[in-house]
Amino acid sequence: MTKVSDLTLAQLRDALKAKDVTSVEATDAYLARIEAAKPLNTFITVTADKARQMAKASDEKLAKGEGGAIEGVPLGIKDLFCTEGVQTTAGSHILGGFTPRYESTVTSNLWRNGGVCLGKLNMDEFAMGSSNETSFYGNVVNPWRREGDDAPLTPGGSSGGSSAAVAARLCAAATATDTGGSIRQPASLTNTVGVKPTYGRVSRWGVVAFASSLDQAGPMAQDVRDAAVMLKSMAGHDPKDSTSIDRPVPDYEAVLGQSIKGLKIGVPKEYRIDGMPEEIEKLWAQGIDWMKDAGCEIVDISLPLTKYALPVYYIVAPAEASSNLARYDGVKYGHRTKDFDDILSLYENTRAEGFGDEVKRRILIGTYVLSAGYYDAYYLRAQKVRKRIFDEFTEAFSKVDLILTPSAPSAAFGLGEKTADPVQMYLNDVFTVTGNLAGLPGASVPAGYDANGLPLGLQLLARPFDEETMFKGMYAIEQVAGANRRPAAWWA
Amino acid sequence: MSETRKLLRGSTGDWEVVIGLEVHAQVTSKSKLFSGASAEYGAGPNENVSLVDAAMPGMLPVINEYCVEQAVRTGLGLNARINLWSRFDRKNYFYPDLPQGYQISQYKDPIVGEGEIEVELDGGETIMVGIERLHLEQDAGKSIHDLAPKESYVDLNRSGVALMEIVSKPDMRSAEEGAAYFTKLRSIVRYLGTCDGNMEEGSMRADVNVSVCRAGNYDKFRETGDFKYLGTRTETKNVNSIRYVRQVIDYEARRQIEVLEAGGEIDQETRLFDVKTGETRTMRSKEDAHDYRYFPDPDLLPLEIDPAWVEEIRASLPELPDAKKHRFMDDYGLSAYDASVLAADKASAAYFEEVVAKCDDGKLASNWVTGDLFGALNKAGKTIEETPVSAAQLGELISLIKDKTISGKIAKDVFALIVEGEESGAPGDIVERRGLKQVTDTGAIEKVVDEIIAANPKQVEQVKEKPKTMGWFVGQVMKASGGKANPQAVNEILKKKLGVE
Repeated sequence: MTKVSDLTLAQLRDALKAKDVTSVEATDAYLARIEAAKPLNTFITVTADKARQMAKASDEKLAKGEGGAIEGVPLGIKDLFCTEGVQTTAGSHILGGFTPRYESTVTSNLWRNGGVCLGKLNMDEFAMGSSNETSFYGNVVNPWRREGDDAPLTPGGSSGGSSAAVAARLCAAATATDTGGSIRQPASLTNTVGVKPTYGRVSRWGVVAFASSLDQAGPMAQDVRDAAVMLKSMAGHDPKDSTSIDRPVPDYEAVLGQSIKGLKIGVPKEYRIDGMPEEIEKLWAQGIDWMKDAGCEIVDISLPLTKYALPVYYIVAPAEASSNLARYDGVKYGHRTKDFDDILSLYENTRAEGFGDEVKRRILIGTYVLSAGYYDAYYLRAQKVRKRIFDEFTEAFSKVDLILTPSAPSAAFGLGEKTADPVQMYLNDVFTVTGNLAGLPGASVPAGYDANGLPLGLQLLARPFDEETMFKGMYAIEQVAGANRRPAAWWA
Repeated sequence: MSETRKLLRGSTGDWEVVIGLEVHAQVTSKSKLFSGASAEYGAGPNENVSLVDAAMPGMLPVINEYCVEQAVRTGLGLNARINLWSRFDRKNYFYPDLPQGYQISQYKDPIVGEGEIEVELDGGETIMVGIERLHLEQDAGKSIHDLAPKESYVDLNRSGVALMEIVSKPDMRSAEEGAAYFTKLRSIVRYLGTCDGNMEEGSMRADVNVSVCRAGNYDKFRETGDFKYLGTRTETKNVNSIRYVRQVIDYEARRQIEVLEAGGEIDQETRLFDVKTGETRTMRSKEDAHDYRYFPDPDLLPLEIDPAWVEEIRASLPELPDAKKHRFMDDYGLSAYDASVLAADKASAAYFEEVVAKCDDGKLASNWVTGDLFGALNKAGKTIEETPVSAAQLGELISLIKDKTISGKIAKDVFALIVEGEESGAPGDIVERRGLKQVTDTGAIEKVVDEIIAANPKQVEQVKEKPKTMGWFVGQVMKASGGKANPQAVNEILKKKLGVE
């Protein structure tokens, strides 16, 4: 029998259709791997019974030659997506015991297309973090280690459960979300492919909100083809999300392998930041050479507002979060303090007990920047800069088709290494936040390894709704880079 | 301007009161502003609550286009500018009946801008009141604190229901004007069908802003637009009847003058009206005022309206009270007051027009409708929709007066018979059946006159000296004829026979 965990999602899909393997077999194989990988702490909730039921239903369809695009394929779901009848935590204590009676649009789409739900993946609390260390359910451990070193490393964040689970082959693929880099940075740190689609491409309905104008769901996958298949199954217009765009979803898989000859690739000089490891610099240069060799035209571009992206992000995102998280008050669902005398102490103690430090920090920042007397200086100004960042990209994309940058400023770092300094942690998103601020599609593709054997990714950014060109470029990099090592299963 | 009637006398001099109203009018819609839940009144606790209204994680608002249309309709009815680009903001504060922790409202960019309406006062005077803006927002739920000793209950049925907040300019200068404006606003939204105006169910309520200033300062404010000429205002929240609006203004004006004359200062604060005492009291002082941290709601796109759609809505508007009032004045020669009373309510106006169509006499019809009919309805506690006298009946009755079939007096009797339910059907048939037809046969009247003159020689003597006493004879003749004698004919015959000039 085929070893399920050796297959990519696309290979498994084809094997299921060819009846080389059943969905129940694949599901059981993954459930066993999940069980064995407990030290990685990737799953908050494993839905074994549900998974087997869904797999059985898929097998019945497959037996009749029916079924959707990913019929029978077992998936991991970031615990930010509400799943009907399955506890949804957003990695936070404040949602303790919360079980939605509804299914997010993204997961509905996946199940309609035949996906099987293995469970809910660990993440930074409310998707606020770059190392998965802010989760109430404990940090996730990266399956990757430095060569000859047992020190546990971060899988990135906030979608660290998703990146680690895909890297450790605990699911065929996973959903993730990206508000400032939460798909692309963890992908870069785990040798996986992460795609943040254009804002509006994927419905936000049923996804626990962090920063509404920046949040976008996307896939975390083993390779570019898998990401293409996943995105197609996740995306689409949703009348329940006013910011979702009514445009047809292309067949992203169909463009893979198409020539990128003649594409203009922008290389922004402002992404060459101080203190960037030489290996990342070299990888970027290597990426540029690969594109050149593939017949692309390299265009040096300038995005001078890049240096304002992180400051703008750390005003806009906390501002929206401070308002989005007001609903977690202990009144309706989730955690409620036992220690209260009146409504005010109920609020205060519930929120004090329910939120972790990073979430509290961002609520404080957000509340501050929206306060009377500070709004104009912070929020309003940040929005103006954000608009100019968008304009700057629009201008750049009048000259180039894709922009190539590193995905993250470093390889996976040690757990606990950056927790003491929030600003150091925030710098993880330096290459990715711009894409969120401008609403652009962006992706991280495995491209190489550092001296310690840790994976490094390259990022491609594309015009809004031009994921197809992005996928072409991603596939080209993947083919030439051949960075398809897998981590040794030290945990099993 | 010499507007002495607006002056309030204090112990240290004269004061003026300045009033602005923020009226919350619930949009008459099947579902809520941002969710599909029913907006109907009267459901059991928490029966009309969607996932969005309960602010479940990951839920998103989607604008209800029908509510937007009603806001535009109302804006047009207020002769106001429709903003083709507007936006929703979040107003952040914590309260258990506000599940999201913020209210979605329109702060900087409302859907409707400035407008102006005519407001009729009791004395027949008409004033203009400016509209500052109208915006759409969500209502909150309802907290109930008296069902249990320690717990509070929350009913989210209202949570998310669409409200239009209509903000006036500080153009009202007395309790009467404030009440008249509120009345007029209610009339307009009811005409438009955009709000049912039902104050008991909370469909319409006013936040009443009152300030006082020294006599003359209001004019300076009007000239310069500088608010420094006006006093500090207080805002009395959630006043839900026209009578209470009047009371709040009277009470606040008096209270503020007393405070100021005693050397005190008015705090810019939010107050509550106690319907039992008729007084207002502090609810929240300025220091406790929330910082609402307004910012554009990132879950919603800006509201962009096609001007062609606005024109479509404009073309579908009914004739509004002001237009109707002016038409009644022009076409039927009614006074501004009568015309506005009739036009204030759509059903009354329609009734009046049906009466006119039947009798072709606007003035008589107006007198009958505003006098006899409204009086009878008032007495019976009935609305125009429940009238015991149909417009067709009243129209025919007036026609019978006009063609002299009956006198005005008999008409009132017939009207009363119908009101009391003793008669029904066509007034002409009632008159026929009861033998109430006016006697214009001079022979018959002469016969009665002769009899009365013969029987009352003393009065005949008297009338020669004092011609005015002829009225006694008129009465006697009318009585003898059972009121059916044509009064004009009676007069003429009596004059001739008594030799009165």
